[in-house]
Amino acid sequence: MRDFLVLRVVAKIMMAFMLLFALYVQFHGDFGPGGGFQAGVIAAAAIIFYAIIFGLPAARKVVPDRLVEAMVAAGVLLYASVGVAGMLLGGNYLDYFVLHADPVEGQHRGIFWIEAGVLITVAGVMLKVFYLFAGRPSEDEDGQ
Amino acid sequence: MITQLPILQVVIPLIAAPLMVLLRHGTAAWLLAVGVSWASLAIALGLLSEVAGGGLVSYALGSWPPPWGIEYRVDSVNAYLAVIVSMVAAVVVVYMRRSVAEEVPQEHHYLFYSMYALCLAGLLGIALTGDGFNMFVFFEISSLATYVLIALGRDRRALMAAYQYLIMGTIGATFFVIGVGLLYLMTGTLNLADMAARLPDVTDPRPVLAALAFITVGVSLKLALFPLHLWLPNAYAYAPSAVTAFLAATATKVSVYVLLRFYFSVFGETAVFRALPTGSILLALSLAAVFVASVVAIFQGNVKRMFAYSSVAQIGYITLGVSFDSATGLTAGIVHLFNHALTKGALFLLLGGIALRAAAMRFDDLRGMGRLMPLTSFGIVLGGLSLIGVPGTVGFVSKWYLVVAALEQGAWWIAFLVVAGSLLALAYVWRFVEAAYFHAPDPKMAAGPGEAPLSMLVPAWLMIAACVYFGLDTGLTLGGAGEAAQVLLKGKW
Repeated sequence: MRDFLVLRVVAKIMMAFMLLFALYVQFHGDFGPGGGFQAGVIAAAAIIFYAIIFGLPAARKVVPDRLVEAMVAAGVLLYASVGVAGMLLGGNYLDYFVLHADPVEGQHRGIFWIEAGVLITVAGVMLKVFYLFAGRPSEDEDGQ
Repeated sequence: MITQLPILQVVIPLIAAPLMVLLRHGTAAWLLAVGVSWASLAIALGLLSEVAGGGLVSYALGSWPPPWGIEYRVDSVNAYLAVIVSMVAAVVVVYMRRSVAEEVPQEHHYLFYSMYALCLAGLLGIALTGDGFNMFVFFEISSLATYVLIALGRDRRALMAAYQYLIMGTIGATFFVIGVGLLYLMTGTLNLADMAARLPDVTDPRPVLAALAFITVGVSLKLALFPLHLWLPNAYAYAPSAVTAFLAATATKVSVYVLLRFYFSVFGETAVFRALPTGSILLALSLAAVFVASVVAIFQGNVKRMFAYSSVAQIGYITLGVSFDSATGLTAGIVHLFNHALTKGALFLLLGGIALRAAAMRFDDLRGMGRLMPLTSFGIVLGGLSLIGVPGTVGFVSKWYLVVAALEQGAWWIAFLVVAGSLLALAYVWRFVEAAYFHAPDPKMAAGPGEAPLSMLVPAWLMIAACVYFGLDTGLTLGGAGEAAQVLLKGKW
């Protein structure tokens, strides 16, 4: 893709909007359609888009394999930790009511971190799957 | 803290799994796995003592009261099951270190232990949850982890076996969730206890019957009830040794529990066994499992595969107990969950020791094992005696209760068939004895390192010793099983 100047320039501009859109979907999930899963997919799609235009090695430099694997685990860990936080604050597992003095605010805070966990893991898994497939040497590979 | 036990049972391994991935270190992951497994056993024992004498522990996730929120509901049945699962885990995890080091590539170790922790979390989750959909999710967590664990086997056929299991397991899970969905449609609730209370009011019984059929077939696939067992022999034969031992002792047992829970606590004994010929169908399939799988086991060339087929037969004994629909029959089935977990766990652990020394697991490779690995071979013989049901082993306790349950119903021919099935077990166990004790060892093997390392031998022999101990002192196992049977037959959860 080295020769497609238009694609490269447009892709660079698009990246920012895609990531921003992911964040919008993430944080607007409380009030409208959206949430961690969709946002995670969009964020991963931005990186995959980058990999398609600039090549897999470039994408691996931006988001290395180790980071991807850590993301897969960290999101689950964050999710589970929110549950444990509820327990430590005197409630049951995944009890959001106790996360803040005001129970409604507590629910808000709980779901915020839960969704963050979902975003991280979903984006990580998407990238992991993409890396695994794209990283496989194909038989008709022409030079690249 | 004590009120948090039900959730800690599931959450501790669930949190350990991602931690292991972040640690990226095999030994650290193993240490964590040991801690998690032992903590699970302690929690399970705590829960069992909590619910002893017909108690019930209910835990509301997120403090949303049931039936709105997800509820974990523990009584003597699932506490007993959690003890089986975590007990096996606590023993197998010690064994894993050496066995996994030999059989799984170094760079996969931390992922292996992570998958193991996830599998444990899933199995314990299925056992403790009181929510239909939550149960499905845990089914998937444990199954997906299982597929990966099997695929990590040294043999290249492990990948194919895992894939086969993935297809069959997914069909099973799909059927299960269709059944739960139909029940949700008819009752408007996913909480199993609430579901049971609302089912009698359902005016149109047809969707409920369909749900019963879907759940029966789906769970039967998971528990490898004949003729839905086809995924099991290859999966057990080609998985890493420690995985085979862990799965053979836990995964199918948990599925049996799900079937029991749905039959007795959700649909109700009357609906399942009195109004429908479920008992007869289960009886026929169980007997077919015992005989067909045992005969197939006799003709296997691979010893691990032979014991895998033996598992199908032993599951037949468990469901046979269930099919009687009586207190004695259920006790026999539930106690055999425990007894078979011990026996098969021990056998596969010992076979893992042989896998370290022998090139393959064909009978030809086992020649003279009695001399090369005397402790391992003798352990396998003792485990084999328990499979046959020789007095003094746990196998005898289960068979005895099965025979008593059959005689209670005046079914002499079933009692006779149970004994005849034991003779078939004798035939396949004898094949090992013949290979190990009546042939001179291969000179190439004789120069080898001999007995399995202690870190593998001790856990395996611990389970063999338990096989004998619980065969003589049945107070704990039979007491727990009897109480579980009473609770199930009471119907209310």
